[in-house]
Formats: sequence, C-alpha cells, structure tokens
Amino acid sequence: MLEVRNIHKSFADREVLKGVDLRVNKGDVVTILGRSGSGKTTFLRCINFLEDADQGTMTLDQETFELAHVSRQDKIRIRRKTAFVFQNYNLFRNKTALENVTEGLIIARKMPKDQAVEIAFQALEKVGLRDRAEAYPHQLSGGQQQRIGIARAIATQPELILFDEPTSALDPELIGEVLQVMKQLAQEGMTMLIVTHEMNFARQVSSQVLFMDEGVIVEQNPPDLFFDAPQQVQTQQFLKTLREH
Amino acid sequence: MSERLITIFIQSFWQILLPGLTMTIPLTVISFAIALVIALFTAIVQIAEVPMLKPLARLYVWIIRGTPLLVQLFVVFYGLPSLGIVLDAFLSAIIVFSINTGAYASETIRAAIEAVPPGQMEAGYCVGMTYAQCMRRIILPQALRTAFPPLSNSLIGLIKDTSLAANITIMEMFMAAQRIAARTYEPFALYCEVGLVYLIFCTVLTRLQRYWEARLKLD
Repeated sequence: MLEVRNIHKSFADREVLKGVDLRVNKGDVVTILGRSGSGKTTFLRCINFLEDADQGTMTLDQETFELAHVSRQDKIRIRRKTAFVFQNYNLFRNKTALENVTEGLIIARKMPKDQAVEIAFQALEKVGLRDRAEAYPHQLSGGQQQRIGIARAIATQPELILFDEPTSALDPELIGEVLQVMKQLAQEGMTMLIVTHEMNFARQVSSQVLFMDEGVIVEQNPPDLFFDAPQQVQTQQFLKTLREH
Repeated sequence: MSERLITIFIQSFWQILLPGLTMTIPLTVISFAIALVIALFTAIVQIAEVPMLKPLARLYVWIIRGTPLLVQLFVVFYGLPSLGIVLDAFLSAIIVFSINTGAYASETIRAAIEAVPPGQMEAGYCVGMTYAQCMRRIILPQALRTAFPPLSNSLIGLIKDTSLAANITIMEMFMAAQRIAARTYEPFALYCEVGLVYLIFCTVLTRLQRYWEARLKLD
C-alpha cells in the first residue's frame, strides 16, 4: 500500500536520513524504535510532507512520487489519504473537540456539516470522549487531548495513520488510555506507522518492528524475533540499555 | 475660576464635541478599517513569502514607520498637487492615516501570526487543509486574539493623531478648539477642554477594549 525508497534528508549540513526504505501493507502496524536523533520522527514527517525529503520515491495506491518534486496539489491530495497524530497533540486551540474533528471533513473535504458532525461523534465515541465534544483543548487533560487527536485522525477515514511518539508528552498515568485506543484501532485493522518508546506496546500490537539508527533502518523483523533474538549489534545494544533501566 | 471662563467652557463644549463626532470619529473609524485591511494584507504577504510583494511590503513599512505622520500629511496634501495630483483634504487625511496606521498594525499582526505555534499549521495540513484554509480557519483567529490589545492601542493612538489633520485644513476637534481659543483669548481653558474630550473618547474605547478582551477569552 505504501512504499518508500531511498529517502534522504539533510538539515543544514547534517544528514538525518541516509536512504530509508519501507514497505507497509494494508492492515500492518509498523512501529519504529530508535534513540532520539536517529531520524525516526523526520522520516515520519517526510511521508506526510511536513518535511520535504531531498531525495527518494514514495508509492501510495499505485501512484509513485519523486519526493523532492511533489506539487502542492499532490501534497494536499496525498495528505488527505493519511492522518497524523502529534507528540504534543497540536489540537486547534481555537476550536472545540468536536470542531477539531469536523474541520478536516467540512473545510478540507467539503462534507455537509450534519454528516461531518455525525462522523465526528462516532470518532469521539470511539476514543471515549463523546461527552467532551464541546470542550476546548485547554480544558482537557493531555491524555484526553491526545485521544481527540486520534479521533481527528480516524474521522477522515485515512488509509494510513502516522503516530509521532503519541505518548511521549504524557504523564505516566495518562499513557495507558491513549495506548488502549491505539490497540483497539490496530485490532480493527487500521494501517498504522508508529514512532514510539513504548516497548511493551510495540511488542503487543506490531506486525513489524523497525530499529532506526543514524538515519538508516538497521533491523526490521516481526516483534517476537525483534525483541527476543535481535540480529544486529546496534539493536542488541539498544534493547540492552532499555532493560537496564 | 471666573464666571466668564465657566460660561466659555460650557458653551464651547458642544462646539468642540460636534466636530469630534462628525469629523474626528469618522476620520478615525474609516482610516482604521482601511488600515486593518492593509495591515492584514501586508502581514500575510510577508508571512507567506510572496515573491516581489514581500520586499515591497518591507519597503512600505520601513518608509512609513521611519517618517513623521505630519510630514506624510504635508507630502500628500501640499506636495502632491505640484505633481498634478490634487486631493481633497478629507481624502488626503484618510489616505495618510490608513497607510500610516496600516504599517504599524501590519507589524502587530505579523508578530501575532508568528506567535502561533507552528504545530497549529502542521495539524491543519495533516487534516488535509490548504495553506489558505489553515490561515483563515486556524492561524488568523488565534493571531487576532493576540493582536487585539496592541491593535486597540493603535486605534487609541490614531484617534489622537487625527488632531494633526488640523494642519491640512480639516475642521476637526482640535481646530475647533484653536479657533475658539483665538476668539476668546482663553488658550489654557480651551486646550484643556479639547484634551478632555479626547480623554473621554479614549476612555470609551478602553472600556470597549476591556469588554471585548473578556469576551474573546471566554470562547
């Protein structure tokens, strides 16, 4: 469904991505692990054009794009097939929870308002926040805001949701409610690409686990193999430092 | 205070207030409305990095902020006729006040837009919105909330600056006071009085500002 090849990206003279390849099939839940600075967030952002890759190709729905030369119209078109969940939620601060979800439907996709509201309520229901529809982001806890963020993502019925460390900004006691929602999505067959530091979660929900280091994918395997018998030295070291904590 | 002075004070109050209501206020309101349009355009052109227009916007802000308002009024009203462009005094004043206030307000709006966290725009993109949709629906509503107090300041500044229009023959409050002062030989009383009327106008505006700020915070 999604295939990216040879993505390169530099900031100033620092090369952050040094040729990353990835293939995601429909229904896959792919988690990307790695130290901070390994390029995993940049990689995710390149897929959604929040960063412009310097080089590489992307194929989505049988359409192939040169990532360095994608027109503005194509970017918008591709973005409408995907959704993004941010580390710091990035809910629209001037909109209620409900409006946060309907905005992409009514404004970006020109859906009639009552239909959009109906879909939005279903999405809010799914993340357990139907009763907070009229709340503004600042009136919600971090965990609730992130669940609204997920509702906003699923409402547009994307083919793929990109999660950028969705629980990293949360207090420990609020992480569970967000992971719970994500688990449910995974079980329902949503295609997801997740950058995370939650190892147990990665192990439970992933179909594939990737380890990124220094701008390349070092290892990619199903979770059992990845965690129990890591093949590469870098992966072994990474998992070892985690266990020591 | 002598009885004569009190009589002059009371009689002239209406004579000052009237041009205030028929000239100072319309001059301020019309100029400010146009200024906001200019400011928004100038700010967005810079934020969106529109080629050609961005350097022009910078040039405009640079020149207008770097020269006195009084000089600008004189250039347009007394200067342009020698180039064959003759504008009526009221129109000249409207043009100069809106261009002048627009330059300052554009910097206010630009700063307010830049103060909106970049993640708001990114989130807009990620739900499939275009740049223009993000601006209109997400960024500007948040930025205008930030810009509201400093813009109110500009409005209050403008209402007082319109007194300079007396210099290009416009019969507004200050000129009215000047004339009465010349006729009665009571400059102290009259200039204090016209100052008082400006104070009343600005007090009303400050109250309105507080009211709207409170309302903006609510939602």
